[in-house]
Amino acid sequence: MKMALMIQLRLLLPEVVVAIGAVCLLLVGLFLKDSYERLVRLAMAILMSALFLLIAFPSHGMVFGDALIIDAFSDFMKILVLGGTVIVLLISINFLRVKKIDRFEFPVLILFATLGMMFMISAGNMLSLYLGIELQSLALYVLAAIDRDDLRATEAGVKYFVLGALSSGLLLYGISLIYGYTGSIGFSEISNIFSRGTLQVGVIFGMVFVLAALAFKISAVPFHMWTPDVYEGAPTPVTAFFATAPKVAAISLITRLVIRVFASERVTIMLPAWQQIVIFIGLGSMIVGAFSGIGQRNIKRLMAYSSISHMGYALVGLSSGTLMGVQSVIIYMLIYMSMTLGLFSLILAMKNPDGYMEKIDDLSGLARTDPFLALIVTLLLFSFASIPFLAGFFAKWYTFGAAVGEGFFPLVLCGMLASVISVFYYLRIVSLIWFNKERCLLLPISSELRFVLIVSGIFVSCYVFFGVWIMPLAEKAARSLF
Amino acid sequence: MIEQWPILSIIIFLPLFGAFLIFISEDDSYIARRKIRNVAFLTTLVVFILSLVLWVNFDNKDAGFQMQENMNWLAAGISYHIGVDGISLLFIVLSAFLIPFCILASWKSVTEQFKEYMIAFLILETMLIGVFCALNALLFYIFFEASLIPIFIIIGVWGGGNRVYASLKFFLYTLLGSLLMLIAIMAMYWEVGSLDIPTLLNYPFSCYMQNWLWLAFFASFSIKTPMWPLHTWLPDAHVEAPTTGSVVLAGILLKLGGYGFLRFSLPMFPIASANFAPLIFVLSAVAIVYTSLVAFCQKDMKRLVAYSSIAHMGYSTMGIFAENIQSIEGAIVQMLSHGIVSSALFLCIGVLYDRVHTREIIAFSGLAKNMPKYATVFFIFTMANIGFPGTSGFLGEFLTAIGVFQGNSFAAIVATSGIIFSAIYSLYLYRRVIFGTIDKENLQALTDLSFREKCILYPMILLTVVFGIYPAPVLNVLHSSVELLVNHCNNATRMVFLRW
Repeated sequence: MKMALMIQLRLLLPEVVVAIGAVCLLLVGLFLKDSYERLVRLAMAILMSALFLLIAFPSHGMVFGDALIIDAFSDFMKILVLGGTVIVLLISINFLRVKKIDRFEFPVLILFATLGMMFMISAGNMLSLYLGIELQSLALYVLAAIDRDDLRATEAGVKYFVLGALSSGLLLYGISLIYGYTGSIGFSEISNIFSRGTLQVGVIFGMVFVLAALAFKISAVPFHMWTPDVYEGAPTPVTAFFATAPKVAAISLITRLVIRVFASERVTIMLPAWQQIVIFIGLGSMIVGAFSGIGQRNIKRLMAYSSISHMGYALVGLSSGTLMGVQSVIIYMLIYMSMTLGLFSLILAMKNPDGYMEKIDDLSGLARTDPFLALIVTLLLFSFASIPFLAGFFAKWYTFGAAVGEGFFPLVLCGMLASVISVFYYLRIVSLIWFNKERCLLLPISSELRFVLIVSGIFVSCYVFFGVWIMPLAEKAARSLF
Repeated sequence: MIEQWPILSIIIFLPLFGAFLIFISEDDSYIARRKIRNVAFLTTLVVFILSLVLWVNFDNKDAGFQMQENMNWLAAGISYHIGVDGISLLFIVLSAFLIPFCILASWKSVTEQFKEYMIAFLILETMLIGVFCALNALLFYIFFEASLIPIFIIIGVWGGGNRVYASLKFFLYTLLGSLLMLIAIMAMYWEVGSLDIPTLLNYPFSCYMQNWLWLAFFASFSIKTPMWPLHTWLPDAHVEAPTTGSVVLAGILLKLGGYGFLRFSLPMFPIASANFAPLIFVLSAVAIVYTSLVAFCQKDMKRLVAYSSIAHMGYSTMGIFAENIQSIEGAIVQMLSHGIVSSALFLCIGVLYDRVHTREIIAFSGLAKNMPKYATVFFIFTMANIGFPGTSGFLGEFLTAIGVFQGNSFAAIVATSGIIFSAIYSLYLYRRVIFGTIDKENLQALTDLSFREKCILYPMILLTVVFGIYPAPVLNVLHSSVELLVNHCNNATRMVFLRW
């Protein structure tokens, strides 16, 4: 019995490291309140050791019955989440110090949120799914409002909390319906019922509620309303965190659910129910993200709409439901995350002597003050606009390609049109940076932000060369779901 | 010896290397700037010489792809595959020929952000030559699309007053078409399992699929060419672009559309091409007549030349889809000739703009008095633009008209009438700018062509005239590839008729 427990904990080692690390950091933080930077570095070290364990000693299997699944897919997504979190911590240091919100709770909360995401990614039954989501969400609610004296941040926190609680309610209701009609909470048992084809209405209702709650987490239309306000109100590093790691976790959860649990044979001419839902929310996200972004003047709000539309593009890949589709979602999240982190480093670098700036117009003339920075930002923006040879193009090539492979031409056509529209707002930033003759008044950018920007710039512009090596990894990860 | 070298890759990526050299250098002083422009000019010159080496080593008899290089890349069927045939070779030479002149022409006129300007041009050269070399549809698409980035920056940073609007319009317009093409490329990948162009050329797509794929490719190439009524981005882009930007736009970028038709639409979807040929004829005929009339009403010289470009490209599209050897050769010659002549016209306008800083036609008159050399040069290019016998323009229009006449005599008649229109607006422009009396103060002191400007314009004159009188070297290169193309199309369409 003891041996079995040890083996299972061995599989869970990265999670255990993060959990114990978070608790220890909480304790240490009480005594080292003043050395905030050291705490952040400690948190980064904890995450990096978990990352190291994931990469160096991958081990696969089921933990605690069917509660958690550790496979190649979960490994890949966890690596993304952990890597993204480390970078968010790195770029947050200066901002929080300048804003005087360098409280030791920040790294602790980030660690707990990360732990929740790791459970989400590995979830093997409805209970661990719910617990993972709640662990992550509760930490995120607090993070959104961590600048508690700031009106906007508090508003963002409350808004996020109220709507998040609503989505948790939907999720629980959906789970209870599924449990009531199938008599099980395990993914494999539910999957057996789904694969039989004809479903009772209650099960369908349950599935819709569960997917709606998860769509809330990835801010897919029509559950996106919280995103712009929360993105704008929360402190910028927290926004950077919202835009990256939780999205990866939630979309991998959706992927696992629709591929492993809700998948069913096509019995009528209608598409399987999950596919209809994913297509609908994907289409909506692409269109709303593209149109609503046009009028934005605040770069954080713009990023909110941009992330909505990018989730839509990822869902297009997922909607195909094929191996290629899952692979494309994995690649998409990798590329989306590296671009987003780069762009948030830029937003964090938008500082003049009066403080941080958030208006898009504040970037005008950047090419004259710092051509090198301007070049990297331009590459990132063109990559967001998915212009080839940059990474963003390949992301879209795979997702849309997967959908074309299933014959979803109208969907892909709408997606392409939406992406032309969204190119407009990326290009407007580029045109402000390059085409305006006045000089931009930015303070010199700090070294860690410059580092992250350069790394993500190199990533997006050289993906064309090394993408060929990432593909097999993504394929291996995707294959473990089939 | 040359066969062992990856000469195409060298030609493609040498400008990128030059851009990198410039990128790491300083541009704080006058001497540093001199160094930058020397590096840029030398790089492009070497590329041009290499492209001539390529031409010399090209085997005119071989209709297939030569100098091929194939490396594994993203996946099976998506490889780094490049090569040239008779059609693409000449476009490569044209691009490599024009870019050094662009660098030379901007030595004085670009005053700020000099370094970025040179980098943008070198990157652009890489992308453009890459498009013509690519033998993989995805690779083609990547070069095709990526060329938008530098030209967007060139128009937007160094352009005129309304440059932001023009560059955004240009970018979004072309992107919309290209994304439809991207869907078609994806669909082809799932159908064939490969994006290798030689494989695609021999793949029999079903009729239904051909029509849709043809339309998707048409969306992209007709915007790029541009064909009426999708041409509205072009005058804006040309007017706002700096002189050299216009040269690249008219000289090379517009040719991507025609080249695309020849490389994809015609040989891969021959049945759809035959189906849609009447559509192309109508659009081209309207373009030739309508844009010629519009050109006549313009107040801005660049806008006038821009509209005349649309009319001239109308001949090319018409010639391409008439699908016989004369018409296709004529279309290609027309594109090459237009590449030289319209570039030269834009450079001539740039010469005036550098001196007076306006392009309004009414701002000029009587230039012949102070600038006799300029007047002569401008005259030769105006004649070439009309298609006067003895210049390259005549050859293209003549061959195209002969070819189109065999297929569709009505379209040919409308097209030929365009020559009269082009004579009207070209001579009208020339008369108002060059002849008459000097009635404005600022025109009194104008100096004639400088040494640098002569270096740019004289070789172009030479090329226009030689090409017009003795076109054999060019036609020889084209002939076997075009013959193969036409036979391929005819066989494919005949098969369908036999099945009926």
